[in-house]
Amino acid sequence: MDRRESIKSLFLGSLIGGLALESCVGENQQELNTKIWEYQYGRTPKEKATDERILSESFFLSHELKSITVLGHLVLPPNENGNIEDAGVPEFIEFMAKDYPNFQDQIRGGLMNLDHDSNSLFGKRFILLTEEQQKSILDKIAFPDPELSGSEQTQPIQFFSLIKNLIMTGYFTSEIGIKELGYAGNIPNVWNGVPQHVLDDHGLEYDPEWIAKCIDQDKRNDTAEWDSEGNLIT
Amino acid sequence: MQIIESSKIYDVVIVGSGAGGGMATKVLADAGLKVAVVEAGPHFDPANPEQQTQLKWPYESPRRGANTQRVFGEFDMAYGGWELEGEPYTQVGDTQFDWYRSRMLGGRTNHWGRISLRFGPRDFKGKDRDGLGENWPIGYDDLKPYYDKVDQLIGVFGSKENLPNEPDGFFLPPPKPRLHELYYIKGAKKSNVKVIPSRLSILTKRINNDRGVCFYCGQCNRSCSVYADFSSGSCLIFPAQKSGGQVDLYVDSMVREVLVNEEGKATGVSYINKKDRTENKIMGKIVILAASACSSARILLNSKSKQHPNGLGNNSNMVGKYLHDSTGTDRMAFVPSLMNRKRYNEDGVGGMHIYSPWWLDNKKLDFPRGYHIEVWGGMGMPSYGTGFNVNDLNKYLGIKVGGYGNPLREDIQKFYGSVMGMSGRGEAIAREDNYCEIDPTKVDEFGIPVLRFNYKWSDFERNQARHMHNTFEEIIDNMGGIVLGSKPTEKENYGLLNPGRIIHEVGTTRMGTDPKKSVVNEFEQLHDVKNVFIVDAGPFVSQADKNPTWTILALAWRTSDYIIQELKKQNI
Repeated sequence: MDRRESIKSLFLGSLIGGLALESCVGENQQELNTKIWEYQYGRTPKEKATDERILSESFFLSHELKSITVLGHLVLPPNENGNIEDAGVPEFIEFMAKDYPNFQDQIRGGLMNLDHDSNSLFGKRFILLTEEQQKSILDKIAFPDPELSGSEQTQPIQFFSLIKNLIMTGYFTSEIGIKELGYAGNIPNVWNGVPQHVLDDHGLEYDPEWIAKCIDQDKRNDTAEWDSEGNLIT
Repeated sequence: MQIIESSKIYDVVIVGSGAGGGMATKVLADAGLKVAVVEAGPHFDPANPEQQTQLKWPYESPRRGANTQRVFGEFDMAYGGWELEGEPYTQVGDTQFDWYRSRMLGGRTNHWGRISLRFGPRDFKGKDRDGLGENWPIGYDDLKPYYDKVDQLIGVFGSKENLPNEPDGFFLPPPKPRLHELYYIKGAKKSNVKVIPSRLSILTKRINNDRGVCFYCGQCNRSCSVYADFSSGSCLIFPAQKSGGQVDLYVDSMVREVLVNEEGKATGVSYINKKDRTENKIMGKIVILAASACSSARILLNSKSKQHPNGLGNNSNMVGKYLHDSTGTDRMAFVPSLMNRKRYNEDGVGGMHIYSPWWLDNKKLDFPRGYHIEVWGGMGMPSYGTGFNVNDLNKYLGIKVGGYGNPLREDIQKFYGSVMGMSGRGEAIAREDNYCEIDPTKVDEFGIPVLRFNYKWSDFERNQARHMHNTFEEIIDNMGGIVLGSKPTEKENYGLLNPGRIIHEVGTTRMGTDPKKSVVNEFEQLHDVKNVFIVDAGPFVSQADKNPTWTILALAWRTSDYIIQELKKQNI
């Protein structure tokens, strides 16, 4: 099982009781948690304990998570890259609600109020509405009043902005979301300037005098030596 | 509880393992002295896979990089922040001084911006120009040989520019500018704002076989696992150990005070072992404080004895005074011609490839000292916050803000890499009435009396911040960009951040020739106690509009050479 799979299972584990995890590697969850978080992203013992505590607790009820998932699909419908569940968005929002408790009332209350409005308008909870009905509700809360600041918007608009932000950031910080966005870094490489065709597109060029000062990447591995005036001679 | 005393007597006990402590360790251990390094945080090595965050993806963490655990995001390599659990500090009146600490081997050098600027000749003699503050007792020529040595030992890229107050050094070649930096260059030139390649302590070229060469991941704030950036552990302390130096590291050890004998001379330090909460002593012939400007002042002020009733080295009453941080304010720009960018890897080095050194004459301005401009932007790695308010910028294009569904996908693609920013970082005037002192009403969780801050910005700094924003707006306009946010008002201090926010606090144990007006001499030696030295930024008389690290390193090396000479002459 690769590391990412482990993490996914870990989330599943925290949500549905560790079955997926244990069946996969046959170790108890505590041991695995420890192992995973240790080499995963450089936690101090205290930070690791915080992560483990948060992962072992649950905040949202299953129907609340279902609502978040439905909203997630409306905000970012599945495409050829995958969907918000592949991106781990519901688990991420569950984690953040515990990691940053200010979110809790806003999201939980926002979901309840959304269901209340759905019931008033269509006699059913939001997730049971047809997509058309769901969208008719979103159309009213997805467009902030441009004259007002964020905190002056009505509660339903503020709620949708928050859940939308978390869905967007959860998706575009996931493996599939990063691929979709086209971020090309976080790998060892050698920077040798803006590609010529990009410079051309922007009507820009490098000043030859400036470039003459810059690193010749063919010599990056030659050990630096200077003359007594500080001029590099290698 | 009994205080535990080690029988070993070191030649030197160094408190703190950041830039100054690391440099003193390297020079003194290389000279054959027995050195104890006492660090308040745990051991840290960027190459240790259990601690490493470099090259991690946001999805390798459950919070995707959010800053609930570490204030600059959870992959940032500082075990600390402006608020530390169990280690409070207090403020006088409406002071809002924010005190940043990083508790780990190497301290703040593990995550800093690597901006490595020498002070220039004018920076040491500010009072000669405008009558404000105080001149340093030394000048650029005293420090130049040490800057030269630091450049060659540690490595810094930059370019020879022959500017009067931005001395050139022994540089590695800089990297080529990124796209948004070319926009900045164009905009700045139009306003006659000087732009040159940045000067960062990152190895664009090999300097020895113990350290790797930059592989352009743009993550120096995570501390480099191949040691291609300057961190005190990887570049000074580990090499000192490797070359056979007698260096004992005491980690998780929080120093409380400097111990003295009957004659008032230092004999070592007492510290709290964080693991078992016992108080211990380490004895040494020389004590070097390198705990950071405010922490070293705190240790001195807490080191009260019948020989030094006002705290150690404080006969002048100057310990804690003249505290000052760099000024700072930032602005962001939306550049419509950077919309819909072609994708390619532009991570580059961790930080800017270009910057603007101070380019004007303050005689013609309503503030006395200069500032430099840092530039940021680009198609960076997504992290927590990416995609928030995804199409707010539509309002500048006459398109509706908000919505849901696939149009949001188009929006995030469209705006990715189209926002950039500028930060002004300037010189404040050191004032006696900006200070830190011991708060007699409070201790931290280790029982050590805490610091209380008193700090006010003056119109010198406020006017400078206003000038920064005017400059930013002009340059952004020249670039064809749209300035985001409104210009901060007088009521908002023109956007001037709280003191302490730039994390360049200096001046609390300033150097001088007059023992009544300063704490240390030009060799960072206490006027009052000959075997105590301070090699952090406490001895800075003024901060200049430069970042302090390169000057901390040069001064620490000079002081260490002085200690070796004085030991040979048996003067200490």
